[in-house]
Amino acid sequence: MSRKITINDVTLRDGMHAIRHQYSKEQIAELARVVDDSGADIIEATHGDGLGGSSIQYGFSKESEETIIRTTVENVKNAKVAVLLLPGIGVIDHLERAHDWGASVARVATHCTEADVSEQHIGKAAELGMDTVGFLMMSHRTSPENLLEEAKKMESYGAGTVYAVDSAGALTMDGVKERVSLLKNNLDPKTEIGFHGHNNLSLAVANSIVAIEEGANRIDSSLAGMGAGAGNTATEQLVAVLNRMDIEHNLDLYKTMDAAENLMKPMMERPVQIDRLSLTLGYTGVYSSFLLFAERAGKEYGVDPRDILTRIAEMGAVGGQEDWIVGVAQELAANK
Amino acid sequence: MEKVKCAIIGSGNIGSDLMMKLLENEYLEVTALIGIDPESEGLKRAEKHGVKAISNGIDGLVEDPDIADIVYEATSAKAHLHNSKILKDLGKKAIDLTPAAVGPFLVPSVNLKEEEIPHLENVNMVTCGGQATIPIVKAVSDVLEVDYAEIVASISSRSAGPGTRQNIDEFTVTTANALREVGGAKESKAIITLNPADPPILMRNTIHLKTAGDAEGQKDEILKSLDAMVETVQSYVPGYRYKADPVVKGDIVTVSVEVEGNGDFLPNYAGNLDIITAAAVKTGEVIAKSMLEKERV
Repeated sequence: MSRKITINDVTLRDGMHAIRHQYSKEQIAELARVVDDSGADIIEATHGDGLGGSSIQYGFSKESEETIIRTTVENVKNAKVAVLLLPGIGVIDHLERAHDWGASVARVATHCTEADVSEQHIGKAAELGMDTVGFLMMSHRTSPENLLEEAKKMESYGAGTVYAVDSAGALTMDGVKERVSLLKNNLDPKTEIGFHGHNNLSLAVANSIVAIEEGANRIDSSLAGMGAGAGNTATEQLVAVLNRMDIEHNLDLYKTMDAAENLMKPMMERPVQIDRLSLTLGYTGVYSSFLLFAERAGKEYGVDPRDILTRIAEMGAVGGQEDWIVGVAQELAANK
Repeated sequence: MEKVKCAIIGSGNIGSDLMMKLLENEYLEVTALIGIDPESEGLKRAEKHGVKAISNGIDGLVEDPDIADIVYEATSAKAHLHNSKILKDLGKKAIDLTPAAVGPFLVPSVNLKEEEIPHLENVNMVTCGGQATIPIVKAVSDVLEVDYAEIVASISSRSAGPGTRQNIDEFTVTTANALREVGGAKESKAIITLNPADPPILMRNTIHLKTAGDAEGQKDEILKSLDAMVETVQSYVPGYRYKADPVVKGDIVTVSVEVEGNGDFLPNYAGNLDIITAAAVKTGEVIAKSMLEKERV
């Protein structure tokens, strides 16, 4: 394969979920330096739920939005800095401020069937001259054909890149193949295709490779997989496989390995790994950041958190609806 | 009995639900539904119910100003910024269901003052999320100061029309402002999520409040105040109820409510339409009653 893959590091954004949004300024600075030095092309840094995400609902960030973004910008030499924005949580004012603080990539995320809430935000990001990305979350929840329709909307609003996002780590390789190939073959040839994986079913690297084979050239990853649920595609694992497959990229394998072992893993509060709970996320198709909320509610109401997640999946909760968890836990406890 | 004539601008989900609710009203007679597309489903439905369908937008109202004394705006914030000036010049009372917030915020269970409202030329119904959550904030702030109010509204995708989707920032910003101004919170945040589940979900709202004191110590008073408020809202939105037991822990109060709609236009999952249209009907009734009384004097 001759084209070069762009790696979008999400250690400082999706990784926020795994640490309850509590990275300190010093940790952000060190992670940004190390990830930049390892060769990542883009580094995303915000609250796990994007701009404006700091809340009772999702958890408050330790540092302010300004500190998170500015610290990242000040500590990178080569990488571009990205911010995530979920319309309904963040607003255009947040995006303009983030741009003023030095963010140059805007990733505007909606549930896979709701792209039309992103028109204002994608339009504004493009108008600001940012590298503008449409991010279709929970893409296992809709058909490949419908995902394409939603991707076309984002493209029409001004997104130069569109992602198939496996927020629940629920897609298997065929599911990724169908979705990415349909996007690649039907969107404008100039539109880049991206893939964001979670490792809940132990398929994050495999799915990322399938996405690349089908024409994706932006892939999300994080050090040691630091991210929601069982984590994202682990950068060092992805880089090792890309090297073996002679797929070009800008990262240094040893540097990513060292950063994962020496810096990232010691910062983890709860091991980011496949365990019975994160596996249940992938198995039932639940948004990965629900993990810690379900675990806490299970403990508090004396119910099995797997039952909570299974019920949440049946109800069809989408990203951002963490508030449903306590109601489900109460209901399960009452019916015991 | 004599009624006050009213018209609705906007033939989408909210305008249509409002029209259905007003058809049988005791004080208000809905005379016209105003849209911009003669082929729209909304305008066709109006004709079927004997309501005049006007398809050239606000111009149609300017051409026939006597068609209504009260005008409901159910378009978009941007459209209302334009229309509100015209309605003012025509001397019409405007009840605004967009997040434009030209006039003061009005939540019937909290600040519908019968003696004041008829004197206002323009009132704003906040948003569906605001109508569903501000009463809860007020119920708690009546007991204990609320330092921060945060609400999360989940609505079914099918009940969110293009106007709502293209103006999602206006929704969150206007709702957050009203949580402070009407709810009494010092700081605020509003979040909205659209859920495409099929069968569609009922509108659901979670209200997280950070209080200035020991909420847990005043749990009984807080629950009592909440119960009374839920009952007040139920008097004009019958499908409004708790979704989960209120949780009072330390200084944090979390309340979840759901709204089942009347099914006047969209099926009963679309409680987000009902909560704002029912509030607008209630407000219109108060204005109409005072207009009718004035005529009699």
